[in-house]
Parts: sequence; C-alpha cells; structure tokens
Amino acid sequence: MTKQDKINLPKIVETPSRFKNPISKYIIRRNSKCISCGLCAKLCSYGVHIRYDNYAKTIRPNEHKCIGFKCKTNNFFCIDNCPQNALTLKENPALETLGDYRWTPEMLIAHWEMAKTGSLPIVDLEYSLGNSGGGFDKIRFKIPEKQNYVNIADNLIDTSVSLNKSEDNRIKKVISIPCYGGGMSFGSTALSVLIGRAKAAKALNTLTCTGEGGYPEEFLPYKDHVITQVATGLFGVREDTILNAPVVEFKYAQGAKPGLGGHLLGDKVTKEVAELRETVVGRSLFSPFPFHSVYSVEDHKKHVDWIKEINPSCLVSVKVSTPIDVEMVAIGSYYAGAHIIHIDGSYGGTGAAPDIAKKNIAMPIEYAIPKVHRFLTAEGVRDKITVIASGGIRNALDVAKAIALGADGVVIGTAELVALDCIRCSNCERGRGCARGIATTDIELRDMIEEEYAMRRITNMYMAWRKQWSELLRTYGLKSIKELVGRTDLLVHLDYLDQKEKSKYKPAPNFKMIR
Amino acid sequence: MTDKYHVPVKITPPRFQPIGKYSIIEFREDCAGSCKKCVKKNCIYNNFSYNRKHISDMKEPEYLYTCSGCFRCVQECTKGIFSRVINPEYRTLGDDYWRADIILKLWYQAHTGNIPVSGSGYGGPFIGEGFDSVWTDMSEIVRPTRDGIHGREYINTCFELSERFKGLSFNDNMTLAKKPRKILEVPLPLLLNLPKNLIINKYTILAAAKAASILKTFLLIDSKNYTPNLSKYKNNLIPCLKTDELKKYKNLIVTSKAVLIEYTNTQDIIRTVSCIRSLSRNKTVIIKVPLNTNADKIASELADEDVDTIYFYADDHGKELNTKNPLFLKDIIRKIHNRLVADLTRQNINLIFSGGIAMAEHVAKAIIFGADAAVADIPTMIAMECRFCKECQKGYSCPVKLDEEFDSDWGAARIANLFGAWHGQLLEVMGAMGIREARRLRGEIGRSIRFENLEKDIFEPIFKRHSEQL
Repeated sequence: MTKQDKINLPKIVETPSRFKNPISKYIIRRNSKCISCGLCAKLCSYGVHIRYDNYAKTIRPNEHKCIGFKCKTNNFFCIDNCPQNALTLKENPALETLGDYRWTPEMLIAHWEMAKTGSLPIVDLEYSLGNSGGGFDKIRFKIPEKQNYVNIADNLIDTSVSLNKSEDNRIKKVISIPCYGGGMSFGSTALSVLIGRAKAAKALNTLTCTGEGGYPEEFLPYKDHVITQVATGLFGVREDTILNAPVVEFKYAQGAKPGLGGHLLGDKVTKEVAELRETVVGRSLFSPFPFHSVYSVEDHKKHVDWIKEINPSCLVSVKVSTPIDVEMVAIGSYYAGAHIIHIDGSYGGTGAAPDIAKKNIAMPIEYAIPKVHRFLTAEGVRDKITVIASGGIRNALDVAKAIALGADGVVIGTAELVALDCIRCSNCERGRGCARGIATTDIELRDMIEEEYAMRRITNMYMAWRKQWSELLRTYGLKSIKELVGRTDLLVHLDYLDQKEKSKYKPAPNFKMIR
Repeated sequence: MTDKYHVPVKITPPRFQPIGKYSIIEFREDCAGSCKKCVKKNCIYNNFSYNRKHISDMKEPEYLYTCSGCFRCVQECTKGIFSRVINPEYRTLGDDYWRADIILKLWYQAHTGNIPVSGSGYGGPFIGEGFDSVWTDMSEIVRPTRDGIHGREYINTCFELSERFKGLSFNDNMTLAKKPRKILEVPLPLLLNLPKNLIINKYTILAAAKAASILKTFLLIDSKNYTPNLSKYKNNLIPCLKTDELKKYKNLIVTSKAVLIEYTNTQDIIRTVSCIRSLSRNKTVIIKVPLNTNADKIASELADEDVDTIYFYADDHGKELNTKNPLFLKDIIRKIHNRLVADLTRQNINLIFSGGIAMAEHVAKAIIFGADAAVADIPTMIAMECRFCKECQKGYSCPVKLDEEFDSDWGAARIANLFGAWHGQLLEVMGAMGIREARRLRGEIGRSIRFENLEKDIFEPIFKRHSEQL
C-alpha cells in the first residue's frame, strides 16, 4: 500500500458523559478515617483519585476508571497503601439492576467508555459477549494461527463496504465503516439526536436513516449521508425527499415487530411531529402493514421502479424482517432491482413495539444471514447485491460475526443510542419516558442533548469498534473487511465443539439475572 | 350479521400497592440535607412526589414501587449518595416458571387492559425452555387484513366446544337422518378456571363468573361451588362433576350449556355421556383428563366416542403429571394432536389444555402445536392481584385480602382487562402470521419456527463441518 491509501479517520475528541456520576463496575468508599493525606492520588496511575494542589479536602474518586481487584498485584494499589485503611473497594451492587441478557451491565458501561474516549476500555469489562446464551454469544472467532498475523497500521486497513454491486449507472456509494445508522423517526427520537447521528455519519463517511417520520429540513446539510425511508405510513415521502437521498430504503417490516406497522404512541405526537407527518397532535400513529399496494414481487418491483424513476442516481434498499422463507424475499428483492437487501432480525431495537412481538415473532438474525447468503450464492447473484443485516447486533465483534456469517455490512441502532448514555430502561414508548433525553419529543427532555455531543460520542464509539475490527483482521492476515464476508470457516460455535476444543474458548457468560 | 367480538376494557387500579422491581436507596450520611439541586425534585416520573417530606427527613431509606429505572437520580445527585437495588420483595415474587416479570406484566394488563408495549429491543435470553424454544413465523406479504392494527376485528378468534360437525346425512326421502346438535361457539380460545390450590371462595368465583360473561367465554366451576346467586351467569359457567354425581346435579346439567365430567375410565365415561345425552341431547360434554403419560391413549379412545371436547390439565408449570421425566405442555399437545391425526380422529373432537398458560403467547403457541383452546387458571387469580405467594396454602391470610369480601365488579373488570389484552395480543401474532382464523391456526406447525430446526438446518452444516476439521 502507498501513502495515498491511508484512510482518513475522524478525530477522536474525548467527550465525557452528560451525567455527573458515571456508573462504574467498581466502587470505592472512603470512610471518616481519611486524613486527606493525598497519598492515593499520588499513587494511582489510572486517575481514580484526584487532588488539586490548592484544595486540601478529599474529592470523590473517579470510580469508573478503577481497574478493580486485579490492581491488587500493583505496588500502588490504593486500598493496601492507605495509611489509615480508609478505603474499601467492591463491585458495584447496582450492576445487578442494570442491563439485561442481551446488553449486559458490563457491555453498557464499556460502550459508554468507548463513546467517551474512542478507545477500548482499560477496565476488565466484557463488552463483546452478552448473557443471552445463544446466537452471537455462543459464536467465537477461531483461535488464529500466529503466522497469519499481518502487522499493518489501523489506517491502512480497509473497513469500507460498497453499497452498489450492480452494474447499473447509479452512484457507486461506498461507506467507510461496515455499519450505517438504523432508521429512527422524527417523533420517536429527539431531533438533536437525529442530527447528531447525521453529523457522525458525515464524519465517518457512512449513512444514517430518517426512519418513517418524514424528513426534517435540518437534515439537508448532511443529505448525502441520510437515507430516506419509505415505510408503510408514507409520512413525509415526497419527490424532494426522494431526490435528496443517496439511498432510498423501503421498510417492509421491522425485526422488533415483524408483521406490524410502525408504532408512535399519542404522547409523542407533539405539534412539530404532527406537522411533519400531517397528522393530529396527541393521536397515536399505527402504520399499516405491509404496503397496501404490494401483494407480490411484481408489485414490489413497481415500487422500486417508481423510486428509480424519480431519482435516477439513488440506490434502493429493501428492509424486511426474518420469516422462515427470508431467502425467497431476498431473491425477490434482487430481481425487483434492489441494490441492498436489508434483513432485520427479531431481536432488533424499536421505539415502541408490543412485547409479544419483540420476543416471539420471526427468527434471530444469526440464522437469517447464512440462510440468505447461502441461497443468493447458490442462485449466482450474491456478488450483485449488498446484504445488510441488523437486529440485535450490539458490538464490534457482533458486526464481525455477522459479516463472517455472510453479510456485507450491518445497520446499528441501539448501540448508537447507548453511546449517548441510553440505559435500555425500555421506557421509550412514553411521551415523558426517556429520562436520558434520547427517545423523546417532550418539550423539556428533548433539549438534553446537543448535536455536537451526539456526533462526538457516536464517532468515538465507532472509532473504538474500528480498532477491534482492525486487530481482528490483522490476526487472520486480512487487509480488508470485504475479505471477511462469508468466512464461516473462521467461526466456531461452542455447542458444536467437543469438551477439549471448547475449553480453549472463553465460556459463554451464564449468570442469572433478575428479569 | 352478528356483533364483532370486542372486549370492553377500563382502567381498574389495584387495591394494594403492587410490588415494583426497582428501589432507590440513599446513603444519607453524605447528604447535604438542604441541597437546592436535590434530584428528587427533578424525577421526571414524579416518583418522589408522594414522599417529598423525606427529602429533609433522615429516617430510614424508602423503597419506591414505581421507579422506571432511568438512573437519573443515581447519576445526577450532587453528592452521589443514591444507588439502585432490586426490591427485596420482588425477588421473592413468583417462582421459576411464574417469574416476577410475568406476574408484573399480568398485573399491568389487568390494571389497564392494554397490550404491553415498550421501547428498545428484546432483552431476554436467546432461547428458553418450553414455549420459549419456539418463535412464531410471520409473512411479508400474506395478510389477513391490510390495515395493520386497524381492521383487526376481522380476525376471528372463535373456537367450538360442541360436537365437531361432520356433515349432514339424509334418509332416502331426503329428510335429515340426524339433526345436528347445537353449536357452542366461544369467541376467545380461552376458558377460565380458578386453580384449586389458591383461594376459591364465593367472592373470587363471583368475580370470575362475571368476567366470563363479559368475555363471553366460560368459567369452569366445581359443581359443589355452584351457588344459586351464580344462576344469573349460568350461560357462562360449566359445572364440573364426577361420573356418579349425575343424579345429584341433574338440574345443573339441564340448565348449563355444557358440562365437564371428570375422567375415571373410558367405559364409565361412555355410560355417563349417554346418560347426559338422554337428559339433554344438545348438551356439550367435556371430559376432564389429567395430563399424564396415558393422556394420548385416553384421547385416542375418547375421540371414537360421543364426546365433544377433552380438557387436559398439566401441573402449574405445564409439566406432565405423575412421571419422573415429564414432558412440557407444548410437546404433549403435539403428541396427542399427532396421535389423533394418525388415528384420523382429530376432526372428531376438540382439545383444550391448561397448566403453565401464563402469557398470551402461550395460547397462540399451544394452538399452533395442536390445541383448540387453552384454559387460564393462575392468571385469573393474578388478575385479581394474587401474588402467587401460596400463603393461603399454609393457612395464612392473603396479603391482598382475596380471602375476605371484595367488590366482584372490580375483580371481574380486572380479569376481563387481562384477557382482553391477551385477545389483542393474539390478534397481533395472528395478523403477523397471516392467519385470519384461530381455527386455521390449530396444528399449523408451519407457522412456527423451532429452535432445534434452525440449528439443524442452518448452524449444523456450518459449525459441525468446522468442528470436524479442528
């Protein structure tokens, strides 16, 4: 590679959380025996204890920086060195109340840290495996052979994905990371978050998506990085919003609620939301399912042609969920002229969906990807269409696993919001539900986030992910993430290994959680 | 045209403070006391408004029952004195099967009548046991209605308890050879029952009977509990009797639309059924059979006889009775259904099941595996705020006072709310599956996605091959 091949990466700017007290894995308590001698601050090289020259009182430790009990082996371990034995260290009991089986507390904390620093956390946090006991959490990358390692810098490793594999004359859109942002509508999510995501997409040279709530004009400065979604509600779908978009996405279904249309409950339909959607303030909006005008693949083709006719340069993506015959839907979409088939698995995120749908309908993405990949390959069209996966892809390794299973790239929704301090408390459906100011249109809460902050945090998280992908590719001697597509030979599944082989891999996390 | 089926729901708050999941605790020794930025004032859910006096009160920490778990107070307190814990009472709520989160969701539905809707993706385990090892399929294009959640009243959730009508037969002179019996149709694939081991008294029975009449379904009731004040609801009650009690409850048999007979042995049942038919030809006869390892044999025998419906009951956790290695309800349903299909008698009889039916999705999945309908027992009690603590079994008083007199209209409204919400959820999954009739869903295994099949079809070819190479 020459110098020109170096990839320009966005700048990482440390962006601390908006909240005063970060949630940490470990907590340090200082009792009244402390004489404020300042020794701990002098000793700790992680910056847990702080002391300012002209301020003699003690300051609460930066617990989120503490590396915990493994520090015991260091000669600067504050707990053992405190002359007054005034410090105690323990695991934060509040962790028990945080997260869930898919997004464990450690995964959440680690992503907050990545969003802050743009690097992988130093604290021993398990951020690549959840506790769900299946799917990605049981799939591992095979132990690499040392001789395959290629020692090249991160900025020489290619993580780009090409979205137009067909030979038509439309734009050859290439995104620099194998991810783009999932559809979040104006109405479900605060405008500043949406714009922040668009800014991050621009910085990262990738895309974000309007969702089905229309196209706020604030998106216009970033229009080359914003997908216009055409969903069954058809909110805000106009000639100009189609013309703005580099990619137009048909949303047939959503993984979290397959077979149901979009839900936006009345509380969230504020004046601005209603104006953009041309609906009534306070009235719940349940989009139909599916498109009233699509009864067959031929009807679908008519839709695709219609978009292509309006915008002669845009690409067309088709977002579907994962029924048992998902590969038939994928091939149908290909023949209808789609550039991207986007499959959204059943454990995907949502602003509001019936619990029964989130848990029970359609299959997880881990099964759908190889099914579609295999079928399209057998049909001889796999290299003519881009396969994008989403729905329950939480972290950098999930992305890599999805690609190794057969996707070209993925769509990320929840993780971007986690970067903005989302805690996954599942209250997004309510008007004043999101206390973190993310999934809200409430007049007070929507202003909790600044666009710049959102942009920085999301960029940082992806830059941390990129470090993980780069290292992974290096270990297998790969220089481009495109070489990873469909490489199931690099994956193992714990359930299919014998005891001896299995013992070489990190066991699947398996701890009981209070649900 | 008959009325469309609609369950009237209305908000019916609980009588007692429900048990919430989270509690916020404070380490008050560090509290500044008169902090002007106290986060309690800023709680966006107003959780602290009821105990604002605590802001300056240094007594013991309070537990909050409606905490939504946003962590704002924990993260914003100027002194960092807050932490979040799991409410200790929540930890003891329910058991391994009837988990606390299921009970909480049932209470929510009984309170509001709404389908539980929430944001963010599913946060549970990838796969579970029993009903949790199956997903329902969906269809991208085939729809029962094309209006999303609007127009769903066109999805039919009826099933029949009465005789399976096999077609008309005629005499030589073209008169009807046999007059078909009356059809007994239930608009919801769900019957109600009060579990024996919880509180059954005149108040709970009255509430459940009223709820059955609101829901236009039936409450299964022990004939000895059938008091005269219930006669108003006789069209929604199915008395349960033993084979030797026909004489004693003759009037009850005549006035009820259907009767439930406890299984003894097949010969005895044949005799009893013919007695009932001689009393009242149109009566729907249901046989109550324990779900043990013999169940499929009994089903096979009864399907050949003049029985309309079989009601099988498993234990509270949906497990087979009286065996060391019990199968789970969904597998037994499949076993019995398949046996009758092989016998060519499945069309002769209706099968309903109880035991472990805890959520709306269980009803849909039970039907997919071959049931005609399900019986909800414990949820009926939980709707009336039962905490499933089983204190009543030990002879202690009920923490939510179901053992005392209470307003049966309140109880009925809560039960109707819960099953109204279940009905809504059934429509959601049936709509997604592209199924317009609950009867069409019966045994329609193609509308399910089974974990073991996905592993076999998709993961095995990938990972087995690789593990062999290792």
